[in-house]
Amino acid sequence: MDTDTIAAIGTALSNSGIGIIRVSGKEAVHVVNQIYRDKNGSQTMHSMKSHTIHYGFIVDEKGEAVDEVMVSYMKGPKSFTAEDTVEINCHGGILLLNRVLELVIKSGARLAEPGEFTKRAFLNGRIDLTEAEAVMDVIGAENELALKSSVSQLKGAVSSRIKELREKILYETAFIESALDDPEHISLNGYKEHLEKVLKELLTEADKLLSGADDGKILKEGIHTVIVGKPNAGKSSFLNLLLGEDKAIVTDIAGTTRDILEEHVLLKGMDLKLIDTAGIRFTEDAVEKIGVEKAREYAQNADLILFMADSSVPLDENDEEIIRLTSSKKCIVLLNKTDLKPVVTEDMIRKAFYDIAEREPVIIKISARESVGVEEFEKALQEMFFKGEISFENEVYITNLRHKEALQDAKTSLLMVEKSLRENLPEDFYSIDLMGAYVSLGKIIGEEISDDLVEEIFSKFCMGK
Amino acid sequence: MSQMQEFLMDKVDVCVIGAGHAGCEAALACARLGLETVIFTVSVDSIALMPCNPNVGGSSKGHLVKEVDALGGEMGKNIDKTFIQSKMLNRSKGPAVHSLRAQADKADYSRSMRKVLEKQEHLTIKQAEVTDLIWEEDPETSIKKIKGVKTFTGAVYECKAAVLCTGTYLRARCLCGESITYTGPNGLQAANHLTDSLKDMGIELRRFKTGTPARMEKKSLDFSKMEEQFGDERIVPFSFSTNPEDIQKEQVSCYLTYTNERTHEIIRANLDRSPIYAGIIEGTGPRYCPSIEDKVVKFADKERHQVFIEPEGIHTDEMYVGGMSSSLPEDVQLAMYRTVPGLENCRIVRNAYAIEYDCIDAQQLYPTLEFKKVSGLFAGGQFNGSSGYEEAAAQGLIAGINAAMSLLGREPLVLDRSEAYIGVLIDDLVTKENFEPYRMMTSRAEYRLLLRQDNADLRLREKGFRIGLVSKEEYEAVLKKKSQIEEEIQRLKSVTIGASEKYQIFLEKYGSSPLKTGTSLAELMCRPELDYEKLGEIDPGRKELPDSVIEQVEIEIKYEGYIERQLRQVEQFKKMEKKKIPQDLDYDEVPSLRIEARQKLKNLRPVSVGQASRISGVSPADISVLLVYLEHRKGKN
Repeated sequence: MDTDTIAAIGTALSNSGIGIIRVSGKEAVHVVNQIYRDKNGSQTMHSMKSHTIHYGFIVDEKGEAVDEVMVSYMKGPKSFTAEDTVEINCHGGILLLNRVLELVIKSGARLAEPGEFTKRAFLNGRIDLTEAEAVMDVIGAENELALKSSVSQLKGAVSSRIKELREKILYETAFIESALDDPEHISLNGYKEHLEKVLKELLTEADKLLSGADDGKILKEGIHTVIVGKPNAGKSSFLNLLLGEDKAIVTDIAGTTRDILEEHVLLKGMDLKLIDTAGIRFTEDAVEKIGVEKAREYAQNADLILFMADSSVPLDENDEEIIRLTSSKKCIVLLNKTDLKPVVTEDMIRKAFYDIAEREPVIIKISARESVGVEEFEKALQEMFFKGEISFENEVYITNLRHKEALQDAKTSLLMVEKSLRENLPEDFYSIDLMGAYVSLGKIIGEEISDDLVEEIFSKFCMGK
Repeated sequence: MSQMQEFLMDKVDVCVIGAGHAGCEAALACARLGLETVIFTVSVDSIALMPCNPNVGGSSKGHLVKEVDALGGEMGKNIDKTFIQSKMLNRSKGPAVHSLRAQADKADYSRSMRKVLEKQEHLTIKQAEVTDLIWEEDPETSIKKIKGVKTFTGAVYECKAAVLCTGTYLRARCLCGESITYTGPNGLQAANHLTDSLKDMGIELRRFKTGTPARMEKKSLDFSKMEEQFGDERIVPFSFSTNPEDIQKEQVSCYLTYTNERTHEIIRANLDRSPIYAGIIEGTGPRYCPSIEDKVVKFADKERHQVFIEPEGIHTDEMYVGGMSSSLPEDVQLAMYRTVPGLENCRIVRNAYAIEYDCIDAQQLYPTLEFKKVSGLFAGGQFNGSSGYEEAAAQGLIAGINAAMSLLGREPLVLDRSEAYIGVLIDDLVTKENFEPYRMMTSRAEYRLLLRQDNADLRLREKGFRIGLVSKEEYEAVLKKKSQIEEEIQRLKSVTIGASEKYQIFLEKYGSSPLKTGTSLAELMCRPELDYEKLGEIDPGRKELPDSVIEQVEIEIKYEGYIERQLRQVEQFKKMEKKKIPQDLDYDEVPSLRIEARQKLKNLRPVSVGQASRISGVSPADISVLLVYLEHRKGKN
């Protein structure tokens, strides 16, 4: 029977902003005690009576409060899993919920596998045997989902960077191993110096990936948000404004964004996957036409459409086409270029929406050029989110945390290699931890090690006899 | 399949088919455990033959030999008697990868092993080709049971168990360029009939390939153009029962030379005449000992390859040309070899050749090396899809032991991946998909810091003793060693020294940073610049201890952190190994298994959840599902 302590977000992350983190296992109380303070600032988990609920705070490593919470304690076997269980009710929204979960993990719990709470409940006899099949279905289904999301949510760039990092690690390991297996053909003379250099690069790359994970940039998912609007309405400028970097090509020539750009933005704890599309207009230019087709496609699959309207030029059939496109979608109209002389007013937009889509639009006036209107936009977004009009799956966040855990493990392993190098340990010790890093990174991209190392040895190094 | 008149020759307990390195270990194990055993070979003169390289051991293979020895096998003792050069490889690296390798006098090795077999009580040697297995089938369970074997001449030997150790002899054919002969290694008779009998029993066969380089006449070689390679000054024995003092002797040398661009040109120009590149060879060859053709093609950017010239023995002038195995035609071989410095005037005694043979996918076996479909039928060695003398001996020993255990009604011996390289070897063979002859490698052992060649006795002597292959004296020697190690480690951990001047001077002498507070001798030993010997200067309380004990103490203390980490991993690993899966489990009854996993599990029928988790295509989710199902089943019963 597993005896370690596991933790997970117990409720699906919802728009309500309230979420429960469940911690189960022998060390549950001890784990939470490290980060929970009551209203007087004392660590009181150990004196808590079973089946009681308490008000307090979760604090981070520096002792600063992260979130206001209600904590309840259920002593085993009178709990769902029949193990000691602590539940933390958080109030601060999704991001904080994840932050708290992270702190729980840091304090010694392990992130639960999909379905693990249910599995434990069953194995501890809390669920009737006849329910076994259902339990297995749950585990199966949750695993499928987790597997799918963990791989598919990786941004292409992150995934290829991790692959590259793994390839480098595998190559070095294979070199060491081939020399160990065939010392008369392959020599490790001067290798330490080489590995020291490579290791520095590996660690730098791991650090970069880790800081990326902190920004939540590691994941592809989020609220699928598509920016549409006719050419030169300011879509790219707005995107750049949110991102704070010049990713999209912005010129005054209409139709310069021909590719679909994709970016991640965290606004008020919400994760937006922003897709900038080529301006929608009737076009004969072949390249641009493909871009426009794509834009329509994206808009159809979007959770949220941001309609960029240019207040400096009159509404035309292109705008009407866009409004038609948004008819069954959540939509925010961004009336841009308020710094210029207005030709289009809010009322005109509202009327167009009534006429074409028979609905009331949310309109926000902005000026991408003068950085005006972002706060209002964020507020509108938040409101929609809390009303439950837009949402996303919690799996994304869990996955992110898993990835971070794995990245951290990989880094720890690389640091061990560094330590072994410093202490002048023999070469076979390096490959043990290099392989550890390789395995950890493999978890992120959903790959098992199997016989990678042996394959690499044979394909890259000429073994003798 | 022979048409001869059948007659009952004998009734015995165990028949071992093949007398190579696997067969010898299997037969000796059975006979030593008191079972009447017959060992069959196509030629009594080829018992324990080394048809390829003239050495035993090497990286990770040396580990296998030591483990075989610790369990009570013969290989280690035999090489200690017959080696002509010995070397500890990787000495500059960590203790886990130190590997002993000895050059053997091939003829001596074979003769000496034959003598051991001949002298062994309960063991009969028989020169005969086994052509048929005799079995009966339980009509209810449709499980087959071995009843005996039949030879080419019609002689029937009734038996309760049989061990297949046919090596590379089954339907063997040798290729040297365009010339193809239907023989086993070294021109020996192939075994052409047994395959059909195995197929009749429902055993699936596959075809593998391997190769060997030419042997050359010593006087035709110019050693002045090569680098001489000496043996170690101090010789370490393979066997834990061999006294090191008894085997210190004069050693012969090997020689190192290199191929060059001209060699490679000749090979490239004649690739169309290579049976592999011309597509004549169907079998899959091993990548770790590629033919020189393969090396030149696959590693085209390498300007030269090493060539080791090794003596085949002291009573022969034949020299083995390590690193240049080939299946090119004779004329090309000669031209190619003659481009190598020192080999300009070489005369080839025996040509290099490739050999193809029938073998099995060992996934058909339990980890005991018994066939899942045929009770009483075991298999070991190259027949199981491995390669190498040491891999063969290890499997032969386990197959033999388990054949004996099943007849004696005792628990089988299954070593897991955390206990021995043998465990890794067999688990890989019976669990994973192997597409080429399998060779042991240290990178295959995930707990290799624990599975060192130096502690094989500490790991396995007790098991060998319980089985009955290790004597009481040998076992008690290990117990004594164990307690000496533990006591000394305890002592070093408890003796503390202060920051007084005497110690600071000592530390300064070895470039070690001075002490600020009291510290134990064990802690000091962890410093890279210090070791047990140096600490002797400030450790008057130590007892006189054997080198083998000091070696263990030093390793255990110096690498404690790493060793403990692996021990923790092993603990996790063991949990899953301990969860057994009943062999009658109907995987179709397990809900929520993915189709691929269900298929693989049905096919392989793993014995434990741990083994199941190592099957490619079985995911952690499938394992979770399986665990829950097993608990559910347990609850019901």
